[in-house]
Amino acid sequence: MAQLKLVDVTKRFGEVIAVNRLNLEVEKGECFSFLGPSGCGKTTTLRMIAGFEDLDEGELSVDGKVFSSSFKKYYLPPEQRDFGMVFQAFAVWPHLTVRDNVAFPLQIRRRPKQEIAERVKMALQSTGLTHREASYPGKLSGGEQQRIALARAIAINPKVMLLDEPLSNLDAKLREEMRFEIKDLQKKFGFTIIYVTHDQAEAMALSDRMLVMDHGIVQQIGKPLDIYNKPANKFVFSFIGLSNFIPVDIASGKASVAGAEGALSHRAPAEFGNRALMACRPSDIDFVGHGAMDSGNVDNIGAGDATTEALVARRTYLGDIIDYKLAVGNIELRVQKPRHEKGPAEGARCRIRINRTLWYPAV
Amino acid sequence: MNSGKKINTANLVLIFSILVLVIVVAVPVILIFITAFFENGKFNIAGVMKILSDPDTYQALLNSVIIAAGVTLVSTTIGTFFAWLVARTDLPFKKIMKALFLVPFMLPSFIGALAWKVLLSSRAGYINKLLIAMFGLEKAPIDIMSLGGIIAIESMYLFPFVFLQVAGALERMDPTLEESARISGAGLGTITRRITLPLVMPSILAGALLVALYSLSHFGVPSILGTEKGIYNIPTKIYERIYASGGSFGAIRVGTILSMILVIAAALILKLQDVLLKKGQYQIIAGKSMRPMVLKLRGLKIPLLIISVIYIAITVILPTVTIFMVGGLKTYGLPFAAKSMTWDNYLKIFQWKMTRDAIWNSIYLSLGAAFVTMLAGTMISYVIVKMKVRGKFMLQFLGVLPFSLPGTVIALGVILTWSGRFGVNLYNTPWIIFVAYIARYMAFSIKSNSASLSQVSDSLEEASRACGATHWQSLKDIVIPLIKPGMISAFFLIFLPALRELTTSVLLYGPTTRTIGVAIYALNEDGETVRAAALASVALLIIFMGEAIIRKFLAQLDKPRAKVEE
Repeated sequence: MAQLKLVDVTKRFGEVIAVNRLNLEVEKGECFSFLGPSGCGKTTTLRMIAGFEDLDEGELSVDGKVFSSSFKKYYLPPEQRDFGMVFQAFAVWPHLTVRDNVAFPLQIRRRPKQEIAERVKMALQSTGLTHREASYPGKLSGGEQQRIALARAIAINPKVMLLDEPLSNLDAKLREEMRFEIKDLQKKFGFTIIYVTHDQAEAMALSDRMLVMDHGIVQQIGKPLDIYNKPANKFVFSFIGLSNFIPVDIASGKASVAGAEGALSHRAPAEFGNRALMACRPSDIDFVGHGAMDSGNVDNIGAGDATTEALVARRTYLGDIIDYKLAVGNIELRVQKPRHEKGPAEGARCRIRINRTLWYPAV
Repeated sequence: MNSGKKINTANLVLIFSILVLVIVVAVPVILIFITAFFENGKFNIAGVMKILSDPDTYQALLNSVIIAAGVTLVSTTIGTFFAWLVARTDLPFKKIMKALFLVPFMLPSFIGALAWKVLLSSRAGYINKLLIAMFGLEKAPIDIMSLGGIIAIESMYLFPFVFLQVAGALERMDPTLEESARISGAGLGTITRRITLPLVMPSILAGALLVALYSLSHFGVPSILGTEKGIYNIPTKIYERIYASGGSFGAIRVGTILSMILVIAAALILKLQDVLLKKGQYQIIAGKSMRPMVLKLRGLKIPLLIISVIYIAITVILPTVTIFMVGGLKTYGLPFAAKSMTWDNYLKIFQWKMTRDAIWNSIYLSLGAAFVTMLAGTMISYVIVKMKVRGKFMLQFLGVLPFSLPGTVIALGVILTWSGRFGVNLYNTPWIIFVAYIARYMAFSIKSNSASLSQVSDSLEEASRACGATHWQSLKDIVIPLIKPGMISAFFLIFLPALRELTTSVLLYGPTTRTIGVAIYALNEDGETVRAAALASVALLIIFMGEAIIRKFLAQLDKPRAKVEE
C-alpha cells in the first residue's frame, strides 16, 4: 500500500488554480521529487501535505489514515502530523543553541530527558554537527544551518520527510555535497522523502521517481531517466534539459529546414502532416566526419542517415564542453560536445546529423 | 590641472559639515557642560550636588522617573498587543486599523492633554461632571491632573513607537521560523511563547526604550496636566525656574545641571538599546515574502475589533472633537448646546495679532529650518557615508547626538551660545528658534539622507567620474537625483514636527516670536481655555492638511521606484 496518497487534490488562491486535481501515490522509503518552474504549484502541494494549507478539494492520507479531506471535512493540523520538514531559508531559531534547536520537537513531545539527550546526540552526529552543539546558529555558515534543520527534522525519526528547496540557498559545491548527505541520511533512517526543487539536475540525482508540474497541472510522473528519455510533452522536454526546437517541413518522411541543403531526418512521422516541430538535445547532434560519435550508433527513434549542412556561427569553450551555435538555413541550433572531441572551427561549414529526436505538432 | 588646488568640492563639503556640526551642536553642548560643572571658572561638584539634593529638584527628578517608567510599561503593553492583533490575527479591516493606530503620532500630545484636561479635570471636567450627575457622586471620580493621568495621556500618544517596531518585526519575520516549530509538533501557544516572542523581543525592547527616552524629557503633557497641581518633571521644572526668574543666570545654571541628568539618562538608554539590539540582532527577515501565520480569532473577532475601535475613538476622535467643540464655546464651562456655541473664537484667531503672529512664525520657521537642515544634512551625510576622511566618526557622533538631546537641553544650549557670548545676540529674535530647530532636527535629516545615500553604490559615482565628470558634476547629475526621495522625506520629517514644536520654543520665545505651540500653551496658562482650543483646532487642521499633502506627494515619489524594484 502506498504510504502517501493524494486523490484529486485541488487548491485555489482566489481566481488562480494553484494545484489542479493532483493524483499521486508515494511508496514507503521512496525519494520523490516535485519539479517545476516557480509558481507551478509544487510548493503549494508540499504545504498541503505538511498541513500549512488546507486543500479545497480532494483527500490526502498517510499510511491509510486521512490527514486532510474535503469530502469528510477533516483537517489535521501540521503539529499533529509527525513529519520532518526542512525549509529553503533554513528556518533555524536564532535565539536557541544548535542543541536546543534539535531538542525542540522532542521537548514538545515531552520525551524523557535521557531519550532527548540520546536522540539529539544521534541527530547531531548524523549531520556532523557534534562540535557545534553549544553554538548559536547565527554564527554558523549556511551549510551548517541547513544541517541543523536536517538534524531537527530527523530527531523525531519521522516516517516522512518534507524538503522545500532545501539546497537553493547554498553555493553550487555545497549543494552537490548536501545532496549525498540527504541520500545517506535516508539510507540510514529509512524515511520517505518528498523533495521540492526547480533544479532538474538535483531532482534527477536524488529521486527514485519524480513529478513535473506546470501551472498547477501534473505534466508527467516517472523515473528520472524515463522522463529524460521520453518526455510526455514539449514543456517537460524543455524543462528537463537544454533543448532545440526546430520547425521543419515534412515531405514523404523527409524533414528539412528552408534554405538548408539536405535533410534533418528521413524518418519523420506522418501524423503531423507537412509541418512539425522536431526536438533534440544539444548533445545529440553530431558533426559528420568529426569525433568518435560518427560510429553509426543511431538510435531507433533517431533521424536515420539524414544529414544537413550548417555554418558554425559561434564556438565557445565552457570548460569541459564546447558550445556551438550553428546556423541551419535561417534557424539557429545549439550543439554541445565534450572538449576532447574535435569539431569544426568558428566560421567553418560542416555537416550535422541528429541522433535522437522527438516530434511535436507545429506551433 | 587643478590638482594642485586644495579647495575642491570635496574639501568644501567637508569643511562646511564640520563647521555646521561644531557651531550648531558641539558648542551648545559643551557650554551646557561648562555651565553645569564650573562656577567662576572653578570645577564645582558640590554646587551640583546641592542643587540635585534640593527637595524641589529632587522631586522633579523622581517624578520624571515615575512618569517614564509608567509610560514605558503602559505603552509597551498596549503597543505590543495591538501590533500582534493587526499583524498576526484575522482581525477585520486590518489595514485600516493599522493606519488608525498610527494617527496618535500626528496629534501633538500637548493638544491631546489639553482636551483631556477639559474632559477629566477634577474641577470642571465635562466627563467628571456627567458622572457626578449620573451617579450622584460627591466628588469627581477621575482626576486627570495627577501622575497617573499624565502617564495615561502620554502613553496614548507614545505607544505607536512600540506598535510600529513590533508590527514591523512580526510582519517581516520569516514565517517558516514558526512553521518549522509547528511541524515540530508545537501548538500556537507554545510557538508564541518559545519562538515568536523571543524573536520579536529585541523590537519590543527597542520600542520600549524609545518611549522611555521620549517620556523622560517630555514637556507637553506634564506642563498642561501637572504644573497647575505642582507636579513637575525635569523639563517643566527647568522651564518653571527660568520663567519664574525671568531668565536669570542662576536659573539657567540649575537648568543646565538638570539637563545633564537628562543627557546622561538618554545616553544610558541609547547605549542599552545598542547593546540589546546587537545581542538580539537576529536575522529573522526572509528574502521570500510569504504570508505569516495568522491566528483565527473566531468568537473573539468582533469583540476585539470593537475594543480596538473604542480605543481609537477614545484616544483620537474624542480629544479631537473635544478641542473643536471647546474652541466653539462662548465661555469655558458652558454645556455643549447650540445656544452656547459661536464661530467668534475661530475668527478671532485670525484677527488677533498674537495668534496670527504665532501661526505665521511657526510656518516660516519650520519651512526655513526644514529646508536648511535638509541641505546641511545631505552634505554631512555625504561626508559620513561616502567620503574617506579621518575622524569622521566624530562627525557621525555629533550628527546623531541631537537625537538623544531633549528639546529643553537644546534650548538651554542655544541660549548659552547665542546670547552675546560670541558677539552674536539672537535672544528674543526668531533666529534663536531657527537655530534651535536646526540643532534639534539635524539628526532626522542625517538619518534619512544617510539611509538613501548608502543605497547609492559607490560605483555609480565612480562611473560618472570615469566618464569625465568632475566631482561636483557627479554629485549634481548622479548622486543628488538618486537621493532626492531621501532628501524630500527628510524635509517633511523636520517640517511637520517643527510646525507643532513646543518644548524648545517655549524657552526661547520673545514678545513677538511665539510659535503655535507656545501660543496655545500661553493661552491655556492664562485660563483662556476656549481660545487655546480654537487655536489648537486651527493647528490640527494645518497638521492634517500637511500630512495629507505629504502622503500624496511621497506616494507619487515612491511609484516609479516601486516599478524598478518589481
